[in-house]
Amino acid sequence: MIPIFDYIILIFMVIAAIISLKVKDLLSASMVFGIYSFLICLLWAEMGAVDVAFTEAAVGAGVSAVFLIATVYNTKRRSSD
Amino acid sequence: MKWFALIAVVITGSLLIYGVSDFPDWGDAQSPANAGAKSSTGEPIGESVSQFYITETGRLTHVPNLVTAVLADYRGYDTMFETVVIFAAGMAIFAILRVLREDKHTLGPPAKDTTADGDHGRIIVGTTCKILIPVIQLFSLYVVAHGHYSPGGGFQGGVMLGASFILLAVAKDLGSALTWFTEKRFMTLACVGILIYAGFGLMAQFLQRHFLDYGVLHVILPKTDEVMARSHSMLGVEIGVAFTVTAIMFAIYANLSSRGELKRGL
Repeated sequence: MIPIFDYIILIFMVIAAIISLKVKDLLSASMVFGIYSFLICLLWAEMGAVDVAFTEAAVGAGVSAVFLIATVYNTKRRSSD
Repeated sequence: MKWFALIAVVITGSLLIYGVSDFPDWGDAQSPANAGAKSSTGEPIGESVSQFYITETGRLTHVPNLVTAVLADYRGYDTMFETVVIFAAGMAIFAILRVLREDKHTLGPPAKDTTADGDHGRIIVGTTCKILIPVIQLFSLYVVAHGHYSPGGGFQGGVMLGASFILLAVAKDLGSALTWFTEKRFMTLACVGILIYAGFGLMAQFLQRHFLDYGVLHVILPKTDEVMARSHSMLGVEIGVAFTVTAIMFAIYANLSSRGELKRGL
């Protein structure tokens, strides 16, 4: 565990979370959510939980981002709030 | 309403953080999991789980990846119902979105690609996917089959295998993915996966042991002893998990992207 690396990832995670909540375009929001998943995957890999990191990369960053994008295309793209 | 939501979120968040403060530190050697549970006076009660897994798993199950051994053997019951949860999620999506009756209000024929680089884009994307998809599928099968030797297993491999079909559906269209992976096939595959998992448990039960106690399966599996039977059964249940997860991932995507009509996707 490298503390500075940890803090950098955690700061980026908070930034990604705020952006994905604040952005009006839902497609961008789901992409930023995928970035958030990749960051937490990096954190887990760095802490030694490789199995969990692998699952997060496959499920969180891969498939669930695709699900969100598929849903955005079939609803409306702009968020009202 | 917004203020009410904010207050609810703040209260929940502070409760969660308060709960986390009771956790042992990351990698703490004195935590109950690592050092064994202690009574309030500091006397040890019961054996340490981590110690047992680290020293005994290799001898008892012949599986180098402890995570898989815990996931598929020691905590096999949890993993079985985790698979059932994924299955239930797929069924819920199916129940909410799937349109079974032909309706007048369905979407029209697919819109023509009128963008200037439509054809060129198709060629590049199509060729890339033609090369990539077999590699992804091969790697996902490796992840499933090698799950008890290296990181990976049924969930990860299954998601990747499902994602390769999703990639085909995104790159070409949903119809061409559905010509091979038809609705009947993926629904059957999802059920078969759970049946494989539960079948391993029931087989152990028929041989006078507890549910999911794989060791006894050496009676059925040829040329195995009690230790190797546990290793092979773990591979078996991982394959079951991979079947269900593959099928459900594709089913969810197919229903979401085509609004439950399974005709044309994105």
